[in-house]
Amino acid sequence: MTFAPTTSARPSRSKTRLRPAFWLPAALILIFVLAAVFAPLIAPYEPNAQNLLGRLRPPGTVSRGFHYLLGSDELGRDLLTRLFYGARASLFVAFASVALSGTIGVLAGMLAGFLRGAAELVLMRTVDVFLSIPAILLAILTVAVLGPGLVNVVLVLTLTRWPRYARIAYGQTLGIANMPYVRLATFMGASAGRILFRHVLPNIIGAVAVVATLEFGLMVLFEAGLSFLGLGVQPPNASWGAMLSTGRNYLATAWWIATFPGLCLFLLVLAVNLIGDDLRDRFDPRAPGA
Amino acid sequence: MMRFLLKRLGQALVTTIGVATLIFFLQHLTGDPTYLLVPETATRADIDAMRHSLGFDRPLFVQYLGFLGQLARFDLGRSIVQNIDVTTIIGSRLPYTLALAAGALVVAGGIGIPVGVGLAFMRGRAVSYALSALVLAAQSMPTFWSGIILIMIFAVRLGWLPPSSTGGIEHLVLPCVALGLLSMATFARITRTALLDELSKDYVRTARARGVSRIRLLFRHLARNASTPVITVTAIEVSNLLAGAVIVETVFAWPGLGQITVQSIFARDFLVVQGVVLLGAFVTVALNLVADLLYSAIDPRIRLEGARR
Repeated sequence: MTFAPTTSARPSRSKTRLRPAFWLPAALILIFVLAAVFAPLIAPYEPNAQNLLGRLRPPGTVSRGFHYLLGSDELGRDLLTRLFYGARASLFVAFASVALSGTIGVLAGMLAGFLRGAAELVLMRTVDVFLSIPAILLAILTVAVLGPGLVNVVLVLTLTRWPRYARIAYGQTLGIANMPYVRLATFMGASAGRILFRHVLPNIIGAVAVVATLEFGLMVLFEAGLSFLGLGVQPPNASWGAMLSTGRNYLATAWWIATFPGLCLFLLVLAVNLIGDDLRDRFDPRAPGA
Repeated sequence: MMRFLLKRLGQALVTTIGVATLIFFLQHLTGDPTYLLVPETATRADIDAMRHSLGFDRPLFVQYLGFLGQLARFDLGRSIVQNIDVTTIIGSRLPYTLALAAGALVVAGGIGIPVGVGLAFMRGRAVSYALSALVLAAQSMPTFWSGIILIMIFAVRLGWLPPSSTGGIEHLVLPCVALGLLSMATFARITRTALLDELSKDYVRTARARGVSRIRLLFRHLARNASTPVITVTAIEVSNLLAGAVIVETVFAWPGLGQITVQSIFARDFLVVQGVVLLGAFVTVALNLVADLLYSAIDPRIRLEGARR
């Protein structure tokens, strides 16, 4: 994947404002973010408040003071409340792992592309090695070593995904580092740090943003997948993946437990992918996209 | 061709050693890997004895060389919990995962490639927008949710197919569809892009001007030229499908490698987990190599450039 320098590919403001393909999914993501941030204020109940006499109640039922808008789970907890708190886990893991792996990967990629030589060889061969292990397997192995839990999931995903950014940053930096203005800056005595952060980074950030957006959706799925397997967020904390895993045991009697968390996951990832596609089309019209 | 082949083989070998090195260091991420292998209730004496018997008290570099030597002999160690060689455990589970991945590949390619053709040929029409939406939806749907939805509809409500476990071919249908849907999107996208690239070329315009029908154009002219990226993606997708089986097997209680991996994590049978991950990585390296070689067999330019570099 190659990208044009941002100066020529940056979309105009008016074009951005008018595109529903961008703003509709962005609005949906904003709703999820607000639900996650303000979960303690807007959730009707405590996420772990049990009502054992109101177990597995369908959406719209009332039991002992609990009004189950989206139904209750196997311990009589309100599903809607747990969806709000589940959004927190998903979004926290996705934001944190994208920020950490993006920072590490971009730094590594820029250094490899700028310094060349031994640094390039070591860093990029390491990237090749990481990328040749299927990501979910690498994540599972690392969780098996570190143990489950929210913070460990972030660490695992950071460790697993930084090479993705390193590869794109490396490819982009190679192109930019040979530009006359960068060579001139080097000639004028600018430090490596100044060149990388003032001249290279602004020109590769568009390509990195596209990757980061698509990775964000993937990280939401990874967190849910690990939690689904019991390796991510641990009970009684809410996570959409863990809720789906519970719901699997009640498919014949309580369809809502697996349906709503899955729907939330689907909508969030769909929205993120739509934005990723839109960004990719705008930053690089030649890149593949359906 | 020989030079290209040797170069690629050399690269694959370096990556394989790199993978083994990475996994060795991951094993030592928390300091002492003995703790990954003993039950939580183990006493100090048990842990010391285990550390000594597995050689974890040797210098790190000696352990590393031992680990590489073991792998060179295809020895993945012995499961502490089951007291069987890890290779035997993997061997007994592998056919199930392969069957699942093969079925999923048929679903992914069987739906994805025609959808990609439709997207390229019907560009700008209503059909193409509907197909785009289908691709995007499939891409955004977690396999564990699509699996659950499939079970709810086809097993619980309609009762047409079994919800889980093994048996005849009917047991394979739902897991293969759930696993294949995600890759379907990849196949559709890559087919579309490859065809659009070809459609913009002069020879296509000439053929069209000569009145060649769309069907003939697709099968006689475009299929070979556009197949290069599709072949590469197939190789990559096979390894993705094998990895994706971890989750799908859990949803459908399918007794393949994914299920034993997850069970082994909870049973603290680390060597089995490590064995499956090593196998997954080696298969990926091998498939990438195969893709490269196929790619060069179809398109001689790649071979020549690759050999020159």
